[in-house]
Amino acid sequence: MPSAISTGASTPPIVEVAELAREFGSRRAVGGVTFSLAPGECLALFGPNGAGKTTLIRVMTTLTPPTSGTARIGGHDIRTDPDGVRHILGVIPQAFTSDPELTAKENILIHAKLYEVPAANRDALIDGLLESVELLQFRDNLVRTFSGGMRRRLEIARGLVHSPRIMFLDEPTTGLDPVSRTHVWEMIRTLRDKSELTILLTTHYMDEADKLCDRIAIVDHGKLAALDTPIKLKDSVPGTEIVEAEFEGASPDWNEQLRGLTGATGVTEHDDVVHITTHDGPATVAALMDLARARKVKVKKVSVQSTTLDDVFLHYTGSALRDAPQKATYEPSPFSR
Amino acid sequence: MKLQRVSALIERDMRKFFRSPALMLSSLIFPLVQLVVLGYAFGGKIKGATIAVVDEDHSVESRRIDEMFNGIAAGAQTFRVIHYDSLPSAIDDLRTGFVRGVVEIPHDFSRRYYQHDRPRIVFTEDNSDQFISSSLLERAQEMTTELNTPNVSPRLEGQVELNVVEIYPYIEYIKYLLAGSTAMAIFITAMIGGGITYIDDKTRGLHEGYLLTPITKTELIGGLIGAGTLKAFMAGMSLIIIGGLIAGIERIWDPVRLVYLALVVLVASVAMISLMFLVMVRVDDPLVPRAIFGVLNMLLFFPSGAVYPVEAFPSWLRWISVIDPFTYTVHALRNLTLKNTGFAGIYLDVLILTGFSAIMVTGSIMLFKRQL
Repeated sequence: MPSAISTGASTPPIVEVAELAREFGSRRAVGGVTFSLAPGECLALFGPNGAGKTTLIRVMTTLTPPTSGTARIGGHDIRTDPDGVRHILGVIPQAFTSDPELTAKENILIHAKLYEVPAANRDALIDGLLESVELLQFRDNLVRTFSGGMRRRLEIARGLVHSPRIMFLDEPTTGLDPVSRTHVWEMIRTLRDKSELTILLTTHYMDEADKLCDRIAIVDHGKLAALDTPIKLKDSVPGTEIVEAEFEGASPDWNEQLRGLTGATGVTEHDDVVHITTHDGPATVAALMDLARARKVKVKKVSVQSTTLDDVFLHYTGSALRDAPQKATYEPSPFSR
Repeated sequence: MKLQRVSALIERDMRKFFRSPALMLSSLIFPLVQLVVLGYAFGGKIKGATIAVVDEDHSVESRRIDEMFNGIAAGAQTFRVIHYDSLPSAIDDLRTGFVRGVVEIPHDFSRRYYQHDRPRIVFTEDNSDQFISSSLLERAQEMTTELNTPNVSPRLEGQVELNVVEIYPYIEYIKYLLAGSTAMAIFITAMIGGGITYIDDKTRGLHEGYLLTPITKTELIGGLIGAGTLKAFMAGMSLIIIGGLIAGIERIWDPVRLVYLALVVLVASVAMISLMFLVMVRVDDPLVPRAIFGVLNMLLFFPSGAVYPVEAFPSWLRWISVIDPFTYTVHALRNLTLKNTGFAGIYLDVLILTGFSAIMVTGSIMLFKRQL
């Protein structure tokens, strides 16, 4: 395992997680996680469903008690000062938590009162928040008439009502159509650019983690497999490009022969698709075609692509991200315990 | 405890409540239908029950008895008289349900009457229906008493008389039932607007949103109970006024009585909504409140004396009525609506309901889990 679990910038961290673990019976959903976040940083917890991302978020946001370890959020310990943690956090849970029978304004208003936002500031604040998520014109509409994307944007606005220092977003675009997803991404980018907000988001979309965050933590089976910037994570995978190919009539030692191709740094195979990591994609493909012709192996398909987070995930966890959900263990609903 | 947070939750529920009248309607319709249907169905006097009269004596005295029956049939109309010639055929019709009772005037009735030899009339009744048989028997006994009354009263009365004084005018059953129906409206609102809504909001994830804020569990329970109480109070007051007008409660708009009624409905609302929260505080499955609705209704409504006096219950059922908040609600509301007792007739019930609520709220706060 590489030493990719780094601790952000040199400024004092605003989030410090130390050996945090959460068990449900004999199953360990989060297993001794340690990392930290600098103020204003955006970190993505990237992994498949069931990897433990949501449980980790719930423990850090005081919704679920940890089994062992602890976390300090803005200097407040989640075990000893949960109320202090709640005051400085804005959380957008994975499931929609806005009330469909209330209007957009009422949803934010109720939360403003729960956070004791002064009455004199509320109306202007609510209008400003709704404007920032482009929902001002729907201020007095019932939330049950909103699309999933609108509802998510409303919840982001609601999460900002008390001017939190840290924002937790648990799979903010899951279930949204591509247009809504792009819209939410733009909002998160705007949040980052315009404020000093520290953002921790979970996702199983590699493009989301890649485009939005400064650093990415690869989460697998409740543990951090790697944590670094997207570029460094990709660089940590041997080879900068991937040649994907499918063959017919290959001998058993075919993959061994492929390791000797020009520029090749590694060969893996999943579902009859061979992945060759390489420093020089075109040269590797040319050598591959020559070798196949010489060995009378039919090349059914070949393509060259840059290293993606999926390759990073594969490299660090030994399984492709798309395979991982099937392996994911069942995480009980908090309401069934 | 920050009151602003409590009031925020109350505001949330009330906005939803006023936006959807379904809860208020469902809370009122069932108790109102119950009040009207049960009130009139149970409150009426028996009329038109068929009885057979078999006169085997054919004398002047037997004709007198027959005329008394005909008099009741024409006046109070408790029964309709059919004359039979043969006792066996009358008894056959009694067994098959064509008649509800058979009056036999034996062939030696007049002879015994004149000889002062214990003259007898035989009343054979269909006792499979207690209500009808007791009503017919009561009429038959009234007639017998009248037959035994001497034509000329003695100069000095030696018999003990019982003079009955009724301190209230005749009370129809619908008025008697009004208190129970009002308690039922409060209970239904507490169940739907409190228990079911709470579990549904929990299942839909809305509570997760609140648990992420700095709200304490006392504030959360306080807000939910406060909102539920307001809804139940509105349902209870609506029912006591609408039901009171339907049942014909006199001077229902008497402001002093209305204040006392509001006090009882308020404490009853707190008691029932807090009971509901104690039951639901650890429940997560939305089917559970729906499944136990009927059981709770049966356990709370009927043992309370809402439809039948507690004094008629076996001892185990009386124990349920002792711990049942319906009992004190019904007692206090009945004191106000039927007797207009004022505070003297309700203070003990109000105290008991308040104490009950305090225990339920404390239990709910203790059992409530602030974390998922």
